[in-house]
Amino acid sequence: MAHAFEKLHWSRELEFGQYLTPGSLDDALQMLADGKGQARVIAGGTDVIPELRRRHLKASILVDITRLPELRGITQEGEDIVLGGLVTHAQAPASALIRERAGLLAQGCAAVGSPQIRNLGTLAGNLISGQPAADASIPLLALDARVTIASLEGEREVPLKEFFLDVGKTVLDSTREVLTRIRFRALGPDQGGCYLRLSKRKALCLPMLVCAVQVTADPQAKVIKEAAIALGPVAPVPFREVRTEESLRGAAASRQVIAQAAENASAWCSPRDSLLRGSCDYRQEMVKVFVRRGLTKALEQAGCTLD
Amino acid sequence: MHPGLKDGNMSTLKLSFKVNGKLTSLAVAPNALLVDVLREDLGLTGTKAGCREGECGACTVLLDGEPVNSCLLPAMKAAGREVTTIEGLVQEDGTLHALQQSFTDQGASQCGFCTPAMILNAKALLDKAPHPDEGQIRQALSGVLCRCTGYRKIVQAVQNIAQGK
Ligand code: FES
Ligand code: FES
Repeated sequence: MAHAFEKLHWSRELEFGQYLTPGSLDDALQMLADGKGQARVIAGGTDVIPELRRRHLKASILVDITRLPELRGITQEGEDIVLGGLVTHAQAPASALIRERAGLLAQGCAAVGSPQIRNLGTLAGNLISGQPAADASIPLLALDARVTIASLEGEREVPLKEFFLDVGKTVLDSTREVLTRIRFRALGPDQGGCYLRLSKRKALCLPMLVCAVQVTADPQAKVIKEAAIALGPVAPVPFREVRTEESLRGAAASRQVIAQAAENASAWCSPRDSLLRGSCDYRQEMVKVFVRRGLTKALEQAGCTLD
Repeated sequence: MHPGLKDGNMSTLKLSFKVNGKLTSLAVAPNALLVDVLREDLGLTGTKAGCREGECGACTVLLDGEPVNSCLLPAMKAAGREVTTIEGLVQEDGTLHALQQSFTDQGASQCGFCTPAMILNAKALLDKAPHPDEGQIRQALSGVLCRCTGYRKIVQAVQNIAQGK
């Protein structure tokens, strides 16, 4: 019995037969191309290895990209912050630049898995795994991040809004492409962000709800110029509550407006009933709380204290 | 199973790395994980394999000083790097590391399955911040599950070292 179960659902031996360690991005892309769909990228491995074990993923060749120098580092280019494809969930919050100019992302990264997982797992991997409540993906989505994807045919840049397709599915094909960079604008003085998470425990626990907010405000006029609200898991993919965002464009930064926005956001999203993550009703209530709290805190950071 | 695996003709790779300060070289299967190389090839059974999925933390080792789950780590990722296991903390003459002694004194280890991982995570913390507060200690240990102790004595054992007791 145990054996039959293992054969179908979980395997102690991992089935890949080749482990390649390219020294440059060009080599890595060539190895993937030579693998003709049988090769797959591995970086931190914190998702790939369990997925191979559970047989959700098949690959006979793993191409380990963690030694590629091109994919390292956190840099500032003008007003943009650029993260290399290998930046881990431990490295991002350790960077003063990320903490000061993208605090919501630092907080999201710090909520992932456990310290050991954060030392291995990359933000790029968090995006590519395509989970609806991924802790780094939701703030990146609120930050309007764009990713650069490389293949033998060249590079393309994709905004995150177009990146996620379905649970576990993105526009990136890990059998021939590598996510090389994540880029977004650093928060300016008239901007603010907030990351909120609801989970049963503080470590090693998937979230019941994640909400990330970014706002741009005019603190003198007390007006919201732009708002971005990302939520998960309320849909098969990390979700931007676009209708609420639109209703906030140019609106007064007041408690009343924000309470209404929270009502709207909660009415428009329908999380599934889940034994693990809580009922739809409960999480809808929590969407209301999080959107209100997230907008309030983000506005405060942008210099707009609500009366 | 991969066709090459059973026949034994799948070509092996050479893994050279430092284990507990000693340069070590051995042949490993391409799909070998670090936890199994440590336990089965090198006989370092202080590192435990629990869930094999990154949940329990029992397999924690230090890779270049940072705690990682060795059950999630293809062995070849350790090539050219330095791995520290619980065995590496004991001195040549058998004297226990201060953390090991403190765990013993406090009764912070019951069945002991989580203990090596707890101690290695604590060591990584103390190497960076010698005087952490309780919050930092709990945070550093948050990736290891203990089903026996209730954590109180484990935290106390680390606190005693942090406070120089
Ligand atoms: S055995 Fe590695 S985390 Fe459980
Ligand atoms: S002492 Fe038994 S699991 Fe921690």
